[in-house]
Amino acid sequence: MNTILVAAAVQDGRLKRSTFEVMARAREVAAETGSEVVAAVLHPTARDLAPDLMRHGAVRVYVVEDPVFDRHVNVPVIDALERVVKAALPRLVVAPSTEAFKDVMGALAVRLGAGALPDVSEFGVDGDSVVAVRPVMAAKMLARVSSREPLVLVSVRSGSYEASASPVEGEIVPVDFSCDAGTLRQTLREVLSSGDGEVDLSEARVVVAAGRGIRDEAGRDLVLELADATGAAIGASRAVVETGLFPATAQIGQTGKVVAPDLYFAVGISGAIQHVAGMVNSRVIVAINKDPDAPIFDYATYGIVGDAFKVLPPLIEALRDAGKT
Amino acid sequence: MKFCVCIKQVPDVAAHVQTGRMVLNAYDASAVEAALQLTEAHGGTVHLVLAGPDAAKETIRKALAMGADEATHLVTASDMDSYAVSSLLAEHFEDGDYDVILTGKQSQDTDAGLAGSMLAEHLGRVYATNAVGLAVEGENTLLVTRQGDAGQEIIALPTPCLVTCSNDMNDPRIPSLKGIMASKKKPLNVQAVTPGPGRSELHDTQAPPERKPGIRIDGEPAEQASHLVHLLQDEAGVL
Ligand SMILES: Cc1cc2nc3c(=O)[nH]c(=O)nc-3n(C[C@H](O)[C@H](O)[C@H](O)COP(=O)(O)OP(=O)(O)OC[C@H]3O[C@@H](n4cnc5c(N)ncnc54)[C@H](O)[C@@H]3O)c2cc1C
Ligand SMILES: Nc1ncnc2c1ncn2[C@@H]1O[C@H](COP(=O)(O)O)[C@@H](O)[C@H]1O
Repeated sequence: MNTILVAAAVQDGRLKRSTFEVMARAREVAAETGSEVVAAVLHPTARDLAPDLMRHGAVRVYVVEDPVFDRHVNVPVIDALERVVKAALPRLVVAPSTEAFKDVMGALAVRLGAGALPDVSEFGVDGDSVVAVRPVMAAKMLARVSSREPLVLVSVRSGSYEASASPVEGEIVPVDFSCDAGTLRQTLREVLSSGDGEVDLSEARVVVAAGRGIRDEAGRDLVLELADATGAAIGASRAVVETGLFPATAQIGQTGKVVAPDLYFAVGISGAIQHVAGMVNSRVIVAINKDPDAPIFDYATYGIVGDAFKVLPPLIEALRDAGKT
Repeated sequence: MKFCVCIKQVPDVAAHVQTGRMVLNAYDASAVEAALQLTEAHGGTVHLVLAGPDAAKETIRKALAMGADEATHLVTASDMDSYAVSSLLAEHFEDGDYDVILTGKQSQDTDAGLAGSMLAEHLGRVYATNAVGLAVEGENTLLVTRQGDAGQEIIALPTPCLVTCSNDMNDPRIPSLKGIMASKKKPLNVQAVTPGPGRSELHDTQAPPERKPGIRIDGEPAEQASHLVHLLQDEAGVL
């Protein structure tokens, strides 16, 4: 029987929702091709995360437990995934397209002699090919791509599929692994994390994104209030990240993160192609911009031409009132 | 330190209509800028390598005009996926003794983001991706700040190593007239090559389905606010 291996994405000791989005699609592909879905987790206490993967359909969960996986360092991740692949012998390895997976995908593909289809918005199996659709040209175009290699790695943009549970009685398979610090050759000196406890951008159903039109702390406070009123994660354009008002982890776009929430507020964002590349697949887009000709309005479901500093206070109030009823 | 920067010529994705205008991949421009800044501060040389058609020479000249010392042009008209590119570049690097290889974090036209780490694995080099900061520490260590999922990671990499660069690292310099004149005299080593096979196929590209035209909400801010909330609740059903 063919096997589809889902490499789980873990952040702050939890499985990211994008893992379950990928699991949901993996189950469909498995059903079409008579395959089984298994999962891999790399974490100091990976075993604890296995039940949640079984709840989403993993018949086996390969757990690799080592303290090194507390933080992302590429060498041990590549070594561990290589071991899991050699144990599970999958046809397909699928993972959420996180920075952590992007970091290892190319090297892992070369190590395993595998094909690689990165950052796709759809994937499937067609005969002896793994097929996928991926946004290209800053998401202005969709490319149909495929690989015929016997093993193919695929990474999937968050929001591409709907997560859903499908419990199975799974089995935990521990994978023997130890990391020798001497062979690491690289040292993680420090992690500068931003925004602990905030809503994770790639998981959020609602995103409030600020652009350079949000020019100062007063504007930022309004954006934070809007996010609070809607339970949103906070995003930002590159231009406003450069001002230092918002952290680099909030950047959405071609260089930054790709998001596809149900509701996206673009506040004081012009809608440059490189920003749009990261948010155009949001279901409902609200644009607030004082320039009626701003390109963001070409993508907006609802457009408000106006000064964000004047529009946001009554909007926050109206949203809070709506939340109460 | 001896740097080599892998650069690619890509179509200008920001052009409103497909003009066919070709440019230096923005992420690679940042890699060139980083190499120039580090060699200006600590000494060393900056070599460039580009695989692509004859016309890509223009892009090599641009990067030389920024200040790189010399370049190699691997001339091929073939379309290559990231794997084919990385294999071709790996051959090029087999007898090179570069301390640091820099690439862009991804190609602007395909956003693949694979060739850098593929090349590192071919060459058995340690690497870091998505760098937003680079510094030299001592004789043989590079301090890389990379943008991760939830924050920035600071990683010490011993040379020889490879780093893929984000454009959030710096603003690439615009070549000066003097730089442009000088670039014409810089060594350009041209080699005809035949790339090996890739590991993926591109079938076609199509425009995505169009979004439904949106609605403009007019009026005073308070009216706009209540109208929007009403639409979000009753029409879009997202609140
Ligand atoms: C290779 C590459 C990658 C890139 N990657 C990214 C990326 O990942 N993410 C990204 O965002 N950008 C990216 N960019 C940059 C991108 O091209 C734009 O420069 C950037 O998105 C602009 O940000 P902005 O819309 O906030 O600023 P601007 O373009 O300056 O727009 C500000 C907007 O605010 C409006 N405004 C001003 N005051 C107000 C007010 N009081 N009320 C309401 N509206 C107001 C203005 O009308 C204007 O439309 C990239 C560029 C390159 C070359
Ligand atoms: N044809 C090429 N010649 C030289 N370097 C390349 C070429 N193609 C890709 N690269 C390098 O690999 C990086 C990312 O590749 P990609 O996997 O295409 O996103 C680019 O930013 C370049 O640094």
